[in-house]
Amino acid sequence: MFDTALTWSDLAFLAQGAAMTLAVTAVSVTAGTVLGIVFGVLRVQLGAIWSAPLTFVLDVFRSVPLLIQLVLGNALQSIAKLGWAPFTTSCVVLSLYTAAYCSEIIRGGIDAVPATTRRAARSLGMTWWQDMRYIVAPLATRVSLPAWIGLTLGVMKDSALVLWLGLIELLRASQILVTRLQEPLFILLICGVIYFVISFPIARLGGYLERRWSPND
Amino acid sequence: MIEIKNVRKSFNALEVLKGINLTVNKGEVVTIIGGSGSGKSTLLTCINGLEPINSGQITIDGTDVHAKGTDLNKLRRKVGIVFQQWNAFPHLTVLENVMLAPRKVLGLAKEKAEEIAVKQLTHVGLREKLSVYPNRMSGGQQQRMAIARALAMSPEYMLFDEVTSALDPMLVGEVLDTLKMLAEEGMTMICVTHEMAFARDVSDRVAFFHHGVMAEIGTPDQLFGAPQHPDTQAFLASVR
Ligand SMILES: Nc1ncnc2c1ncn2[C@@H]1O[C@H](COP(=O)(O)OP(=O)(O)OP(=O)(O)O)[C@@H](O)[C@H]1O
Ligand SMILES: [Mg+2]
Repeated sequence: MFDTALTWSDLAFLAQGAAMTLAVTAVSVTAGTVLGIVFGVLRVQLGAIWSAPLTFVLDVFRSVPLLIQLVLGNALQSIAKLGWAPFTTSCVVLSLYTAAYCSEIIRGGIDAVPATTRRAARSLGMTWWQDMRYIVAPLATRVSLPAWIGLTLGVMKDSALVLWLGLIELLRASQILVTRLQEPLFILLICGVIYFVISFPIARLGGYLERRWSPND
Repeated sequence: MIEIKNVRKSFNALEVLKGINLTVNKGEVVTIIGGSGSGKSTLLTCINGLEPINSGQITIDGTDVHAKGTDLNKLRRKVGIVFQQWNAFPHLTVLENVMLAPRKVLGLAKEKAEEIAVKQLTHVGLREKLSVYPNRMSGGQQQRMAIARALAMSPEYMLFDEVTSALDPMLVGEVLDTLKMLAEEGMTMICVTHEMAFARDVSDRVAFFHHGVMAEIGTPDQLFGAPQHPDTQAFLASVR
């Protein structure tokens, strides 16, 4: 077990890969969630018929494999001469992919707020915005949170696919070390532990918030 | 004064209100009785502009509810409504439920809003429940909280839509007592109800709705004692 060729600098290399995974995930989940909220609210407000074109586009993002989206996205940005770095392209594609799933989660959360509750809020003189902010947002958040945590964890693992655009994230970094050192089991074990260490707090956060809210509703 | 003039309202092809005329004066208690689907709830939601109307006019103290420029959010401050379903905001405590609109809609300071909320909750007998979440209360308590929540906006008019019909029979009394108390304090109220004894007791006038038409209106003695319209007679016979 301790008889390994792995050096401190190799570990630092893995840590850099983990940092890349975290950066891509953080940017994509943040941007994707903001976009997802906008799209989700838009879809509820417009209704099924008027939001059909938007829903269709989002469905495309949900059904085409992420790898294909990344490769196509990269090809498109180079055809359009945008000159994006692989990191930018990766984040843009992953954000849209996240937004597509997130809008579905948000839509479900908003729909779960009873129409009668919202009507009560409006009948007290609250504006649409006040109803959204003080009634719908907190209630929809409780409903949407477990699915959103699942999405975040999924995006973090899926973000490994950005290695196809040449980014050295955690999985790619591990691959490189495996090729060089020929110790696949040990290195992949470390890689797995790092993924776990990143995911665990996110997963626990969900459980914590659910427990905090559960006595109330 | 609430003036309802020849109001018609349809849901798609179904005409639910077929020309309603009714004037409710300040301080008056009018109850509406009638069969299921006769348009009673719909009329209440039209009065505070939650539903649009197809023709006719509803004015509250001279303000045309359904006119284009009317600020409905402002109008609703003076017209409270309580619905059949208890619709507490489940993520807020009882006190927070009642404080929310005074703070956000009226823009009151926290202390002032809390003072008003505590006063109204005490009024409906929920002084002990301030920090409780609604799901820990009975239906009757939740319904009284909804009444306090509406009253906290200091409305000049209150609309009640069958506020007791989703309650266990045991809990009906406490809510009706709360309504009676408001009536005695001089609140202007329109109550839709299936509780005939209550209607007889508190109303200045009782209106009978039948298939989207106000078939008859009169004092409780007139309407219950000597109903003129055959449909009123049939309805009263059926509920007795
Ligand atoms: N949002 C709506 N969309 C379509 N139809 C509706 C809607 N709301 C009510 N209706 C219909 O309008 C008619 C009158 O409904 P309303 O709720 O006003 O009756 P009601 O007199 O309050 O009856 P109840 O005593 O059962 O509460 C019913 O036939 C009902 O199905
Ligand atoms: Mg009704």
